[in-house]
Amino acid sequence: MSRSDSDIASTIPTFDHANEQHHEVGLSGMTALSSSGAIKSGRDALIIVLIAVGLVAGLELWIELSGTRSYVLPKPTAIATALYQNFGLFWPHVFSTVRVLAVGYSIGAVIGLFLAATITQMPFVEKVITPYILLLVTTPMIALVPLLSTQLGYDSLAPRIIVVALASGPLVMINSATGFRRTDLGKIALAKSYGASTLQIFTKIRFPLALPMIIVGLMVGAIFGLLTAVGAEMVGSSEGLGNRLVFYSSRVQMDNFFAIIVILAVIGITDYILFFLIGKKWASWES
Amino acid sequence: MPVSGTSPLVTIDHATKVYKTGSGAVHALEDLSLTIDKGEFVCILGPSGCGKSTLLWAMSGLHPLTSGTISLGGSPVTAPPKQLGMIFQEPNLLPWRNLWENILFPFEIRKQNSEPFHPRIRELLDLTGLSGFETKMPRELSGGMQQRASIVRCLGFDPDVILMDEPFGALDAFTRDEMNLLIQQIWMDTGKTIIFVTHNVTEAIFLADRVVVLSPRPGRLSHIFPIDLPRPRTIEQTFERPFIEQVLEIKATIERGHHVAPDIVPEREEVTA
Repeated sequence: MSRSDSDIASTIPTFDHANEQHHEVGLSGMTALSSSGAIKSGRDALIIVLIAVGLVAGLELWIELSGTRSYVLPKPTAIATALYQNFGLFWPHVFSTVRVLAVGYSIGAVIGLFLAATITQMPFVEKVITPYILLLVTTPMIALVPLLSTQLGYDSLAPRIIVVALASGPLVMINSATGFRRTDLGKIALAKSYGASTLQIFTKIRFPLALPMIIVGLMVGAIFGLLTAVGAEMVGSSEGLGNRLVFYSSRVQMDNFFAIIVILAVIGITDYILFFLIGKKWASWES
Repeated sequence: MPVSGTSPLVTIDHATKVYKTGSGAVHALEDLSLTIDKGEFVCILGPSGCGKSTLLWAMSGLHPLTSGTISLGGSPVTAPPKQLGMIFQEPNLLPWRNLWENILFPFEIRKQNSEPFHPRIRELLDLTGLSGFETKMPRELSGGMQQRASIVRCLGFDPDVILMDEPFGALDAFTRDEMNLLIQQIWMDTGKTIIFVTHNVTEAIFLADRVVVLSPRPGRLSHIFPIDLPRPRTIEQTFERPFIEQVLEIKATIERGHHVAPDIVPEREEVTA
């Protein structure tokens, strides 16, 4: 009897169970990526800027005093000068990398998001597909670049776009799927009691509920996409910021080399800030 | 029984619900028949797992019966009817919408213009003490405020029948009293038909015109107690003799439980204070 008691308890629609099914994300991913560095006040910002100034000035002074050669580590002022004077030379490569990232990432993110939304509604399909998605996540997609370059051409954008899509898409998918798996039966029942269609339940309940995790996925995917784009350019491309890193280091032009790294850091931080702001606007209800 | 010459608004006819589980079929409801008049306040009372929520969910059109029928205003309930509103134990406010957007949620789902209902909603917000909180997010509201918001959301679109599934079960005792007074007032003001599921005997007697007691599984109609206490009822009344005797009588019935034949309505002695 007690056996069937517990069975029926799980069948009868009371909401004692709603919370168990509601996958608590706890925003661990979001916290790690978006709120840990949240700047709370002007004073915080000032301290951060002061530390940066101190580090740069200290580095400058240390290189000067220790007599470190510029081909080992150029002075910050030399890097800044290179960045300023040679930006015209860098610019086409910035454009190339950003374009590859934008196109590859968009393709990967759209497919990843679509797969996450559909597959989580089909538990069996999800179970079968997940190992393959994990395989895509864990295998470095840069490995494909030499192969794709020989097939599609060294100068072609296609190999880089493909690997960026393959690197970012599965990450977007896996995080979004975690979001879409959160089901709040109470809220779904509420919508159904007003006669909501399956599409309305998706757009009004499931999607907003998944949104914080989707944003985390998009952020991680974008950063990973940048990593992959640069890696691909280092391995098999005649242009792009990754290609420039290899080019300048082979010529021991370390001021230019570090200038490129600064540009990459700016692109990465911009990615991050963009999604941080999106998260703040659309996912702040969860914190 | 309330005085009413019209035909019943809700008719439950031989309702049976069997859940199939891993260890076999479980009868949650068995051959339950009941009629509810327009404007009546009926509480469905019974121990946990007696099928009272199952009955309510079947009335809502969300979970179909295994056999038997439920009709509302003469037409059988197969999908959630428009003139019906439901209030759950959880307020179920959408955390990404502010209070006002939550209250308009039913209109949005039904693709219905909410404009003509705005004055009504503002009145309800006043009545429930939520005026001025329209732009607050759910997490900024207390549990009681959230549940009041869910009541406004339900009443906002002016349903004829309101189904409430242990709506105050998760609230503390003080808030619960406050909510019961509010619901009584709303019912007296609007004349809605309310069907209210609870396992709290005091709450059931406080609110109801009729308390319908279900037996433990399989859920059958055990007893129907008409409650003749004058309205508006007060919290103080719940500590007075006629009320307490009513409580004891119903509790005794529930404890005797499942062995009582389903169709017998007990004769009650008039209780004098």
